[in-house]
Amino acid sequence: MFAYYFQLGLRSLRRNPLLTALMVMAIGFGVAASMITYSVFRATSNNPIPQKSDQLYAVQIANWKAEDLDQGEPPPALTYTDAMAFMQAHKAKRQTALYPIAPSVIPADASRLPIEENSYAWYGDAFAMFDIPFLYGGPWTQAQDDARAAVVVIGKKLNDKLFNGKDSVGKTINLDGHDYRITGVIGEWDPQPLFFDPVNTGGFGDPIGLFIPFTRAIDLQMTTAGNNNCNETPGTGWDNWLHSECIWIEYWAELPTQADADAYKRWLTGYAAEQQRAGRFKWAPNVRLRNVTEWLDFQKVVPPESKISLLVSLGFLLICLVNTIGLLLAKFMRRSPEIGVRRALGASRREIYAQFLIEAGTVGLTGGVLGLLLTGLGVLGVGWVFDEQIARLATLDVSLIALTIVAAVLATLLAAFYPTWRAAQVQPAWQLKSN
Amino acid sequence: MLQIKPILAALKRHKAGTVLIALQIALTLAIVCNALFIIQQRTEHLSRPTGMTETNLLTVANRWVGADDKATPSLGKTDLEALRRMPGVVDATLTNSYPLRGGGWSTSVNTTPEAKKEMAHTTLYFTDDHALAAMGAKLVAGRNFRPSEIEWVDAKEFQTTPVVIVTKALADKLYPDGSALGKVLYHSGHTKPSTIIGIVERLQVPWTGTWASNFAENTILIPRLLTGNFGSYLVRTQPGQLERLTKAVPKLLIQTNRMRVIPEERGVRTFAQVREQAYKSDRGMAILMGVVCAVLLAITAAGIVGLTSFWVGQRRKQIGVRRALGATKHDILSYFLTENLLIGAGGVIVGAALAIGMNLWLVSHFEMERLSLLYVAAGVIALLLLGQGAVLAPAMKASRVPPVEATRSV
Repeated sequence: MFAYYFQLGLRSLRRNPLLTALMVMAIGFGVAASMITYSVFRATSNNPIPQKSDQLYAVQIANWKAEDLDQGEPPPALTYTDAMAFMQAHKAKRQTALYPIAPSVIPADASRLPIEENSYAWYGDAFAMFDIPFLYGGPWTQAQDDARAAVVVIGKKLNDKLFNGKDSVGKTINLDGHDYRITGVIGEWDPQPLFFDPVNTGGFGDPIGLFIPFTRAIDLQMTTAGNNNCNETPGTGWDNWLHSECIWIEYWAELPTQADADAYKRWLTGYAAEQQRAGRFKWAPNVRLRNVTEWLDFQKVVPPESKISLLVSLGFLLICLVNTIGLLLAKFMRRSPEIGVRRALGASRREIYAQFLIEAGTVGLTGGVLGLLLTGLGVLGVGWVFDEQIARLATLDVSLIALTIVAAVLATLLAAFYPTWRAAQVQPAWQLKSN
Repeated sequence: MLQIKPILAALKRHKAGTVLIALQIALTLAIVCNALFIIQQRTEHLSRPTGMTETNLLTVANRWVGADDKATPSLGKTDLEALRRMPGVVDATLTNSYPLRGGGWSTSVNTTPEAKKEMAHTTLYFTDDHALAAMGAKLVAGRNFRPSEIEWVDAKEFQTTPVVIVTKALADKLYPDGSALGKVLYHSGHTKPSTIIGIVERLQVPWTGTWASNFAENTILIPRLLTGNFGSYLVRTQPGQLERLTKAVPKLLIQTNRMRVIPEERGVRTFAQVREQAYKSDRGMAILMGVVCAVLLAITAAGIVGLTSFWVGQRRKQIGVRRALGATKHDILSYFLTENLLIGAGGVIVGAALAIGMNLWLVSHFEMERLSLLYVAAGVIALLLLGQGAVLAPAMKASRVPPVEATRSV
């Protein structure tokens, strides 16, 4: 029966080509607009480290007076003073302070130009904290952190460029005139959003390809390549800046259980209270511990454009559905005589429902196919509207293809309920009489 | 002439269709109003002038490799001299940032040293006496920096300078009576004054985001070049030379000194590219909203055509009866037009409320401005006209139904 009704549906599509084309286009455009904007929204609201997102916490502490804070929230970064105090206290399972740096790699081959690489200074713990896979070697040790050693972990891309992809562990590279020994080469690691530092990256960017110990970067007086915010002039020179209330360091703690997180928060509050007693803070402790998803939310990494365009597209789809309801109503009611005959010949209301819902389903399916084509085109064109770093994340994968078709069919079926109900209500006697 | 009562009576027999058309008009109005408003805001945003002469301007991001802070001034000087000597180059300057670049230095300034509250937020461009010529900014009062006033300074050591050039927007903010030239300003936290020696007509800050919109043209030019590894060269070219120099300038710089990085992406950009990249999301949103509006209006119009045609088909017999009883073609036409106008009126009333509600929600969740009622009014008129236009074809068809239809049984 299904196959027969499906055939009837296809035949009926051809009967009023104009009306059918209208409906198919409405569904196609509505679904495509929603899917294109959804693909961007999905990419930007992605959880980049799902297996650990509730164990990794960004640490914040209010080191500025209330007037300098944004709506009472502690600043999104730490001072060197606080970050070092937290590292020394070592209260979490793993922890790291981090900041972006901008060294240049000077190739040994003098004929080649210096190479720029997205780089971070952090602690050896970070590699295990963030589940970063290694191709060769491994992270540097805590002893090397403490010894402020000249060691480096590089990404696959740089390893390909400098060592033709061979195992380079133990070899040295030159950064800004200083030699560093390679302890490891990491494999594919491209979390998007860049959850560990949305403050300086805006959330999206090229993969990070070079890491050196935080302590080493401080020794070499490498300034941050990201934001540095001061609520008062730090005074002149490196040491004054380092010990100022300027904020420029991100801090992450790995706390496997809720109990660990609670304990850490208590300790953090205690630390702030201590600073208050010592006279550094003239305000009550104001600290935050946010896990990855809370942190990305707080940092608003999903661009407002993405949300607004998704909302507008959903409104667009709604209008297309209202339109489809009207057109289906017109299409079905035009066939009242036919329904009357079928009913008079013994078809039950159920069968009328089945026939017309399946017919609507064929409209939805056709609309879905058109929607899929438009979605494909639209995803290619996402780069016109959104930043390249975001656009490259919006892709037409299997789940989006399935979603497009399913959404089109379901939406059409939903729109078809009322027209179908009206069709099933047709009185056979009345229709037969008037004929 | 208007037969409102019978129309309403007839509409009662087509509740579903009436409600559907009205609802579609209402939702379309709500979305189109807000989309048009977004388009207007974005285009206004992206058509803001930078104050520079944007043609024939090249930007080059430069980073020294392994150079000591003390060494960078002489490296920078060598670069600038080489650039200025290049054939086709009008002038060149070095700066920490420039309009639409995205990153830069911002601070607050005041007219007295002790004032606690900030009087104006502003950006600082650390540059030299060639800046005005290279940028193509227009000096409207006072004078340019003198070569003797230019020095090199470490960003971490910078305090204040005796002289500054400011934009007119900042000058008017600090001295609303227009007497800024020759007066002083203080950087927050500093007691040494800076004298305003020149005023430029306009110079935008590096940021385009909404957070910078309330100080978008508050800019101070500081006669200091920053030591340190980062900097941007602005190169003004002679007409027709831009394309050649886009390739020749980085080549010359590498020749002058290899120990540098000019980023592959966004390292060498004409100012047209800078503008395009800075306003990409604004332009994209405007285009997207424009496409959505157009498709939406088309679909709504098509929906009205579809449903009205169906109604006309259903009522052929009644139309025939009316025609037989003496109604003119014009009567039938005006019946359908009036019917559509009534449904449309219902739709736009609900739609106007929806449009305002949607805008209020957007305002509270995103940094958006209140919708001007003009947009709602324009949207209402547009949708009513759209409805009338869409219904015209089916109504004409209806008016051509011959009176003899009344005698047929179908």
